[in-house]
Parts: sequence; C-alpha cells; structure tokens
Amino acid sequence: MARINLDHIRHAYGPNPKSPSDYSLKEVHHEWNDGGAYALLGPSGCGKTTLLNIISGLLQPSEGKILFDGRDVTNLSTQDRNIAQVFQFPVIYDTMTVYDNLAFPLRNRHVPEAEVDRRVTEILEMIGLSDRAKKRAQGLTADQKQKISLGRGLVRSDVSAILFDEPLTVIDPHMKWVLRSQLKRLHKQFGFTMVYVTHDQTEALTFADKVVVMYDGQIVQIGTPAELFEKPKHTFVGYFIGSPGMNVLPAKIDGSTVDLEGQKVALSFAPKIAAGAKTELGIRPEFVRLGREGMPVAISKVEDIGRQKIVRASFANRPIAIIVHEDGEIPAEPKITFDPNAINIYADSWRVADSLLVGGEA
Amino acid sequence: MEKTWNNKAWFMVLPVLVLVAFSAVIPLMTVVNYSVQDTFGNNEFFWAGTDWFIQVLQSDRFWDALTRNLIFSAIILTIEIPLGILIALNMPKQGLGVPVCLVLMSLPLLIPWNVVGTIWQVFGRVDIGLLGYTLDAIGIPYNYVNNVFDAWVTLIVMDIWHWTSLVVLLCYAGLVSIPDAYYQAAKIDGASRWAVFRYIQLPKMKRVLLIAFLLRFMDSFMIYTEPFVVTGGGPGNATTFLSIDLVKTAIGQFDLGPAAALSIIYFLIILLLSWIFYTVMTTSDAQK
Repeated sequence: MARINLDHIRHAYGPNPKSPSDYSLKEVHHEWNDGGAYALLGPSGCGKTTLLNIISGLLQPSEGKILFDGRDVTNLSTQDRNIAQVFQFPVIYDTMTVYDNLAFPLRNRHVPEAEVDRRVTEILEMIGLSDRAKKRAQGLTADQKQKISLGRGLVRSDVSAILFDEPLTVIDPHMKWVLRSQLKRLHKQFGFTMVYVTHDQTEALTFADKVVVMYDGQIVQIGTPAELFEKPKHTFVGYFIGSPGMNVLPAKIDGSTVDLEGQKVALSFAPKIAAGAKTELGIRPEFVRLGREGMPVAISKVEDIGRQKIVRASFANRPIAIIVHEDGEIPAEPKITFDPNAINIYADSWRVADSLLVGGEA
Repeated sequence: MEKTWNNKAWFMVLPVLVLVAFSAVIPLMTVVNYSVQDTFGNNEFFWAGTDWFIQVLQSDRFWDALTRNLIFSAIILTIEIPLGILIALNMPKQGLGVPVCLVLMSLPLLIPWNVVGTIWQVFGRVDIGLLGYTLDAIGIPYNYVNNVFDAWVTLIVMDIWHWTSLVVLLCYAGLVSIPDAYYQAAKIDGASRWAVFRYIQLPKMKRVLLIAFLLRFMDSFMIYTEPFVVTGGGPGNATTFLSIDLVKTAIGQFDLGPAAALSIIYFLIILLLSWIFYTVMTTSDAQK
C-alpha cells in the first residue's frame, strides 16, 4: 500500500507533441492517498485508461514523474512497482486450472506454497469458484473468467495499489452489485489503495470515497459524490453525474441578477466574472420546482420512472428537465422556480465560486 | 415451420459429386482394381487376390523406403517446428518490418518444387555450386552425389529452407491474434519471459501448430520432387523414399499390380498416422 503522487504527468501517444490537443492526457498533478478508494469516471476516450496504465507502468508518461510513498518510480517496470491491475476483458491462462491461475502472481514472486494456498483458497471463496478450483479455466463463462481476473488482482496482499480498468463490464448486473460490495468490504478490511476506472456513474459513486472526473484528457473535478452532485466544478461534471444531468442554460449576469432570455433570477451573491466570458446557469432537475408561480415553461413530455417523474419541458427556448415526485401534480399552466441554494454559475464552463471569501478558483 | 423433405437437394450437390467421382473416387478405384489383378498385356486380367500386397509387405525394398521416410519426417519435424516458433516469436509485430519479414518468409513457399530441387542441385555441386565449391575450398569434404550422409544433409537443409516459412507464418498468425491485455496482465502478474511463452503464447499457437505439424508431416512423408531432382534417390538407394520407389515400380518397371498395392498401403499409412497425430494432439487438449 502506498501513497501515489502524480507529478505534472502528461502523455502523448504520437511523437513530438506540440499543441495541447496532441496530448491524450493533459497535465495531471494529483496525490492519491494511501488506502483511498478512488473512482476514475469519464466518457470513453477521456484518458482514464491511459492514466491507469501510467500508474501501473505499462505506459511511460511523455512528461512528469510518478512517486510511490515519495520514491520516484517513473522508470521502474511494472514488476518492480508491485501493482495489481484488473483489465476490462478477462485475461486467463487457458491451460492452467482455476487454482493455478490465481496462484500464478504469487508463485512468480516465490511466495511460500503454504501462503499461496491460504490466499488462493480465500480468494476462491470470495469469487465463489471454490468448487471449480481444480478445473481448467478454459471452459468457463465470460463472467467466471472475469472473476478469475479480478481474483488475480486481489490475491497479492502486499501490493502498492490495485487498479481496476472497468472490470465489471462483462459481468451481469446482479453479480456486478455483489462483487462491488465485496471489493468495498475488502478495501475496508485491508486498506488497499484502489483506483477504479469506470464510465458508469452509479458504479463510481457507490465504490469510491473520492470520485475523479476526467474529461478530454484532464481531471475536471475531484470530490466526494455529494460534492460532485451539489457543486459540479465544470458543466461537464454537472451533465455527466446525475440522471438526468444538470440543466445548463445560457445566462447574462448583471451583479447578483441572472437574465435567462428575459426571465430574471436573483442570486444570493454577486459572482465575479471576467469580461467576455461565456456565462451559464446550472441547476439540477431535482432543484427545479414545478408549480403555479414563477417562470412559465411549456411541457413536452413526462416520463414516469417509478418513484419520480421526469418532466421534459421548454424554458426560455431551451430544453429543461424537472424532477417531480411520483404523486406531485403537474399544473395546467406550469411555472417553475429554482432553489436559490442549488444554483451554480459557470464562466467558460468552469464554476464560479459562490462565496466571496473563496478566491475565483475557476 | 414445417420442414420439407424431398430429394431435390441431391441435384444441388450432384455437380460436386460428379467432380469428386472423376477426380478422386474413380482413379482410386482403378488403383484398387489394379492391386488385386494381374495382367500379361492384351487387356487380359487375372484375379490375384492379396498376392501383390503380400509381396510388397514382404519386400525389404518397401520397409527400407518406409524407414527412410519416417526418419526424414522425424528429423525435419523436430527441426522445423521449434525453428519456426523461434523465428515467429522474433518477428516484428508492427512497423515496416512486418511486410518485409512476411515477404521474405513467403518467398521460398512461392517457388515451384522442382525449381527448389534444381536450385539446391546446382547450389550443392562441387564444380559450379556456391555451397559445394565453398565447402570444398575451405577443406570440408562434401559431395551429395556419392556420400550418403551429405545427400541426407542436403535434402534436410533444403526442406528446412523450403518449408520452415510455412510453420513461421502459421505461428505468426497465431501470435498476432493474442490481445495486448494478455501481455499486460502477464507483466502485472510478474511472469517471466518463459512463463509468457509457456502459458500465453504456446497455448494460443496450439491450434495452428497442430495444423503446421500435420501439413509438414504429410508433405514430408509424401516428398518426391525435390529428392528426385537433387539425388534421384541415390547414392544407391540411400534417398529412395516411398514415393520415389513407387514411381520406379510403376513407371520404371511398369509393375502395375505391386505399384497399385504399394499406393494403397502408402495411402493407408499416411491416413493412419495423421489420424493418430490428430487424435493424440486434440485429446491431450481436452483432458482435465
């Protein structure tokens, strides 16, 4: 287990990168705490896997340094870094038995056979394949194979960190939930540093203490699930986290008043915005109140998703989503108000701090 | 939906059946026909029963040729398969080297067999051949025309030169189909180079290796053209393989009966050995 520092890491797959767009991974400067459970969340192609492979040493970053507990490991091979990694698609050694597959990483490191047996038996128990231990791994189903891959990642007890690269993609939904809780339990029990890459927000939010949201090769926000939900730092985070995502409306800001195509909304503070910046107002569907007072909207569709209804409407010539409780009424002449505490203001897609005490961190 | 049963389908396969009949079944049956009869010309045939088979199986000539064939196949298989794997493992996986290597590897396979024989026949000659002349010049006695050992070495080296490429290309195809994730996982698991070969590359190559093994066995067991061109079966009978012996019997001596019997025995041996190899290799796969 280790604290991992990424010191100004950048990576480009092509040679001689010049402009920022040549980099698949724009500057990442971040510390992963020892024993933390992190989820790396972002759409496909945003650089999550690149970052993971840089940490595990499968990839050498073009620039920057990686430190484990303060020790520079940038030039060390994967073996020397002592990292476990689980890949998106199952990797098993066909000719070996299930047991030998799990024992493989330990035997390669010359762990005494008694210890190997203890660890492997424990992992077999956890992934529920004890009865197949002596069978060849070849004939198993895809999700059993993936469980073996997962098991191989967890079998070593002394790793610096365990990295998961969308490991549950091929597992069926019910088992996904079970395995995720087992991972979480293991994390609590042994305190591994875990980094979990996913593009599934539910997975990220349930697994991790801290969620790292990546977008277009850079980290846009690191925070607890609550922070990501309440104060998305970037409009992308607002849109990506939550279902449906945050409503982002183009807005003109004058002091503490927001002008949405003629509709005025008062803010509890006056955001400081640089001149010429593109300004937007972000509000989550959960904090839009539908009623008989406020600003008029035109409802186009109501989706009933069980305990809630999602109302799709048009407001100030823009689509807006509103969440209403299942028995909440929808008035004939619908109007909306925004919960003032839930309004976020964005300048050039980055959130403007709402407290005057906090500097303009955007 | 109700399935319709009628015999119309036969019309669809009829052309193929006719083609196969003319190209394989009828010639094979003709051979069977010859193998059980005797003739003194005039298109008169007499029933000979199993006489020719007994005669062939009791002749030293047959057993000697068969032994030579088996030794030859065994030698070239033990060299070509590992060598092919070794070369395939060291071929580049990407970049400009790939097409270059593939073309170089394919070249020997594109040369007609009798041309390969001619190339080596000339190459090994002491008077004008580069190989023969050079060996002679540096003081190594070499003459495939009158030395049995030299003749065998020449044939084996020629076969390796000609056919290792096939094993290489098959293995290479198996290797490039292995996803990168396997190598990455192996690195994470701390696997040694040998373990990567033993547990990832070899299992993934097993199917193509089986094919390579069978192809090389059958081809080498039936080898005719190259030794015929290079040594003509000599010195003496030292490189007379079954196929050469067969041609000598059938066309040289015009003993159609024994030749037909020999053909059938030859065919059955190849069939039997291929079946044994195939079964052994595929069942070892299914075990556990």
